[in-house]
Formats: sequence, C-alpha cells, structure tokens
Amino acid sequence: MNLLTVLGRILDNYEECAAMVLFAIGFFMLILHRNLIKKIIGMNIMDTAMYLFLASIGYIEGRAAPVLEDGAADPALYINPIPTGLVLTGIVVSVSFTAIMLALSVRLYRRYRTLNLDDIYTIIREERK
Amino acid sequence: MKKGSKRPSLRQLWQDTDLDLSRIRPADPGDDDQVRWEQAHARRLDAAELRLFRRAYPVLCVILCLILSTALVLTVAYMPAFGREDSPTNNEVAARYIEGATAEAGAVNAVAGMIIYFRGFDTLGEAHVLFSSVCAVMILLEVEPDRRRLRRERAEDRLYDLTRDSVLKEVTRVLEPLIFLFGLYVIFNGHLSSGGGFSGGTVIGAGLILHAVAFGFTDTERFFNRKVFDVIRVAALLFYSAVMLYFFYTGANDLDAWIPRGTPGSIFSAGFILPVNLAVGLEVACTMYAMFSLFRRGRV
Repeated sequence: MNLLTVLGRILDNYEECAAMVLFAIGFFMLILHRNLIKKIIGMNIMDTAMYLFLASIGYIEGRAAPVLEDGAADPALYINPIPTGLVLTGIVVSVSFTAIMLALSVRLYRRYRTLNLDDIYTIIREERK
Repeated sequence: MKKGSKRPSLRQLWQDTDLDLSRIRPADPGDDDQVRWEQAHARRLDAAELRLFRRAYPVLCVILCLILSTALVLTVAYMPAFGREDSPTNNEVAARYIEGATAEAGAVNAVAGMIIYFRGFDTLGEAHVLFSSVCAVMILLEVEPDRRRLRRERAEDRLYDLTRDSVLKEVTRVLEPLIFLFGLYVIFNGHLSSGGGFSGGTVIGAGLILHAVAFGFTDTERFFNRKVFDVIRVAALLFYSAVMLYFFYTGANDLDAWIPRGTPGSIFSAGFILPVNLAVGLEVACTMYAMFSLFRRGRV
C-alpha cells in the first residue's frame, strides 16, 4: 500500500483511528505523569478508548440496535451485539480497577503525605538509609 | 459564627499535612567526618541520578508514545472498513445470538439475552469481580485510623459538608424518587429494551450517593446501613450464583432446565434474566454506594 491509500483507509476508519489516538493519549498520561491520580485518569482514558473501539467494531451501517422489535429475529436487521456486551465487561472491570487503584493511592498518601511518585521514591530511599 | 472561628482554614490544614523530611531521616550513626561525608556524597549522587532520570524520562516517554500511536494508527489502516456488514467480526456467532435471543433466551433485547443467557459465565465472573473489588477496597480503607488523623479528616469533612445546603436538599427531595424509579425501570426492562442490571444498579447507586451527599450519612444509615449492605450484596451474589449453577448443571448434563420463558415482550418473561438482572442491579447499587462511602469516610 502506498501512503495515499493508507491515509484514505485511516480516514475511512476514522472512529477506530480516534479510539487509537485516545488510547495513545491515555498511555502517555499513564507513563508521563508522576502524580498517581493523573496516572489513574490516564488509565481511564485508555479504557474509554477501548469502549469506543469496540462500539465502532460492532457497528454496521444502516442497521438498528439489537432490540428485536415485533419478534423479527433476522440477523441482517441488527448490528453485532457481541462488542456491546464486551464493552459492558470492560466497564465493570475498569470500575473495579479504578476503585482499587484509588484505594491504594489513599493508603500511599496517608503513609507518605504526597501523591508524587518521585517524592515517594525519594522518601523511601531516605528511610532506607 | 462561633463554630466558624474554630474551623481551621484550608491553608492551615495544608501546612499541617506538609511533609517534614527531617523527621523521617534518621540521625547520623557516628560522629566521624568520613561517615558523614560519605552519606552526603551518596545523597548528592542520588539527587544527580534522580535529576538525570527526571530529565530523560519525559523524552523517552514522548518517543515511546509517538512510536506506539503511529503503530496503532497504521494498524487501523489495515483493519476492515468501518460499518461494513462483510467485516470478519460479523460472523455466525453474532447471527446465532440474535436468532436465539427470543427463541432460546426469551429476551427481546439481544444484548441482555447474550450477556446473561449465552455468555452467562462471563457475566457471573463480572459480578464476582465487582464483589471482590469492593472487598479489596474495604480491606485497604477500613483500617482503624489514628486519632490525630481522624480529627484532621473530620475538620476537612466540615469544610466540604453540603448537608446545610438547602437548594441541594430541596432538589434532592424532588429528584430522588424519580431517580430510584428510573433505576428500577431500567432493571425491570432489561430484557425488553436497552438497560439491565448493571446500568439500572448504577442509577440506583447514584441516587443513594445523592441522598448521602444532601442529607448526610447518618440520615442514609436509617435505611441503608452496614448490615443491610452486607445482607444485600451477599444475598444477591449467592442468588445469582445459585441460578447460574442450576443453569450450568442442567446445560452440561443435557438435562431439561425449568425456565419459564413466558411471552416474549411482557415484563414477566425471559426465564431467569429478570431475577438475575434484579440481583445484579442490587449488587451494583450496593457497590457504587459502598465505593463512595468508603472513599468519603473510610467505612460503609
């Protein structure tokens, strides 16, 4: 594929592309910021990117949400329900994960009185001496 | 006004919590100049190392992220086109779930039929993940706090207390029944339209949190205390597990499961999807409220 086709296909898949950009932003926040709360926010942005990605994978143009009206169980009428269910799983796992991470941050803050990882690292080193 | 004069300002609280490194650093073990010089040197080396790390780290981060995002966006170019029905994800599995949603699970909402009937194992695991995450947060936060910190946190709490806000109270009085009603509607309509236990439970949990914010925890504890919380979340999970166990047992052994399917489209139909949705909703509502309460005051 040459560059123009690649660009065209990226524009064609603009929803997935947006999801990937969001994912990269979240990952960037996760590893760049030294504040634990900002790291958790970055992780949540990555989760959101995954929901967008899954939702756009399941979408089929011109079709309805999979609520079978009048008992018409024809798969050609509805979008793909599987990614929708996977988004639900993702949300539940993300909520649990965020809660545990925040609880750990609270404990770290109580112990070291700061949320900055560098400061925590420095204090641990000082304590070891 | 008398109370206000006693209340510490935010700045005072901040200074109180400020870190004093000299308290943590242990005293020098000996008087020897050599030892002290070595310690200072080691500290200087550490500081230099940390400075270098702090300078190099962002650069490496940016490079890594640029590589990652380029790779991801380039991968998108090789993916099947957006919104096309002939993409490989729309295979016979999705068709089977839609065809079987009404015929086998009895649900009009194919997603509810899928997550609770066809992929029941997955959703059961999800409910357990939620349960164990609340347990983990309780383990981490429900520690006996020392008295000094408790006093400071109470002072902080008074600063952010909203229970004297009459606007919030009146609005909550009007909105709260509607929020609970909407949550119940979403749960009970989970097999008929968009919704289900997870979303409805979140709405009910948000209503509980609103009540706790507007009227205080003591008022919420009149109807939702630790005992009610424990009973509801354990009973809901046990009920869900028991139903799924029966379902798995009969399914794995080719036995006839007794599932009253009813008329698809009416409220009491779709076999065990409605009771399971109700159990999941209660579990999620308890979880949401518990998370808020645990982070707000350290206990449920």
